[in-house]
Amino acid sequence: MAVAAALALAGCGGSDEARLVVSAASSMTEPLDECSSDFEGADVRLSFAGSDELAAQIRKGLKPDVYAAANTKLPDELNREGLLSEPVEFATNELVIAVPPDSDVREPADLARPGLKLVIGSESVPIGSYTREVLSRLPGDEGERILANARSNEPDVQGIVANLTQGAADAGFVYVTDVTAAGDRLTAVKLSPELEPDVMYAAGVVKGAKQPDKARAFVDGLSDGRCADALAKAGFGAP
Amino acid sequence: MRRAFPVLLALALAVALTFLTVPIVAIFVDSSPAELIDSLGDPGALDALWLSLRATAMALALILIVGTPAAYLLATRTFRGKSFVVTLVELPLVLPPAVAGIALLAAVGPSGILGGAVEAAGIELSLQTAGVVVALTFVASPFYIRQAMASFAAVDRTLLDASRTLGASEARGFLRVMIPTAMPGLVAGTALALGRALGEFGATLMFAGSFRGITQTVPLAIYDRLGTDFESALALSAVLVAISAGVLLSVKLVHGSGALGGATG
Repeated sequence: MAVAAALALAGCGGSDEARLVVSAASSMTEPLDECSSDFEGADVRLSFAGSDELAAQIRKGLKPDVYAAANTKLPDELNREGLLSEPVEFATNELVIAVPPDSDVREPADLARPGLKLVIGSESVPIGSYTREVLSRLPGDEGERILANARSNEPDVQGIVANLTQGAADAGFVYVTDVTAAGDRLTAVKLSPELEPDVMYAAGVVKGAKQPDKARAFVDGLSDGRCADALAKAGFGAP
Repeated sequence: MRRAFPVLLALALAVALTFLTVPIVAIFVDSSPAELIDSLGDPGALDALWLSLRATAMALALILIVGTPAAYLLATRTFRGKSFVVTLVELPLVLPPAVAGIALLAAVGPSGILGGAVEAAGIELSLQTAGVVVALTFVASPFYIRQAMASFAAVDRTLLDASRTLGASEARGFLRVMIPTAMPGLVAGTALALGRALGEFGATLMFAGSFRGITQTVPLAIYDRLGTDFESALALSAVLVAISAGVLLSVKLVHGSGALGGATG
């Protein structure tokens, strides 16, 4: 009985409103926190992590109501596997080089300097694969020389930002929205248009969601509504 | 009524045993031996294993060299504020790994309160193997020191006193009498610290980062593979379980089942 009581306690949220669980890429932490606090008709619970980790959870049977990823690849895959509704593209982001304000890095070539400490995303997360896409577009062996300066492959964007703001690294590839969120602690070095990857965010309703209607409303609200406004304010673009 | 209590005890054990073993069994059921060996052929996995073993060995060396005399002092002396000191030593035991990570960053990270001094000494910790060793040492040393204290305290003091009356210095008595007599407990403490260090995740990731061959230990490699390669994540987990179980078992076999019970104190 004690066990049952403990489990009941752990599962009890304390709210009468229907609970809507949203798994979202960690790069959307601030805007989604802001816009979903008074989502109509449901008590929104946000779970932030790397998009790949959230997808792995869904594949292993964890059922949030909404999945919002920092790319279209993972939602498309889940959709093909019958685990997610048709994904909706709702925002774009921009990959930039983030550096401390006093840095003299001005362009990607500067990242190839010997001894520069670079921190990037792990190959398995969207930020990491976008980064490698950019590096592969650089002329000659520049991309390889930059990759040789990588000191950590972080499992999500927050790890890259933390290394930069703590002074452990000299530069990193992050989204422009992360630089905005870091305030004056980081500066963005923009990439030229021919290097810039298409960073498209997509979301869908998880098959078997407990609140399919509310989940659909939440996904729609990402393109048009309070969450869309919050995303725009945080620096995300419209698709 | 008289019969009900033993049945209840047995039931409690059955529940505890099932709850604790099913997840571990699942690791081995979900990955066939062939897959296991296959995914160990992945060079990244081998790098992670090798790094984990190296960093753990270095952390254990530091823990034993500093922790053994420190534990001896705490076990054999009484002084004002001793229980406060013991609490400080034990604190990392109950610290969440994420707290340990951020505490290390705030202390010896590049912009931490001692970061300048560390840098001035020519030591680079963040994003380096040395940082992994620091993280492992921080989280694992209380496991050893606690057990070593209990073992030293349990040694019959007349042995040490006898060696002193025979003219041996305290240092000699410590090396020749205390350490050999307390050995089973010291070995058990080492095994506990080894298990903790091998499994360390949060503090390592936050303080040292994750890079193949440099800072990506086995737990970090498991996390990195979670999204893309669940099978190889499982296989690496199986290896960690096997190593930890092996250490635990060999300690029990060598020193009897009491060695890891903590009952020595």
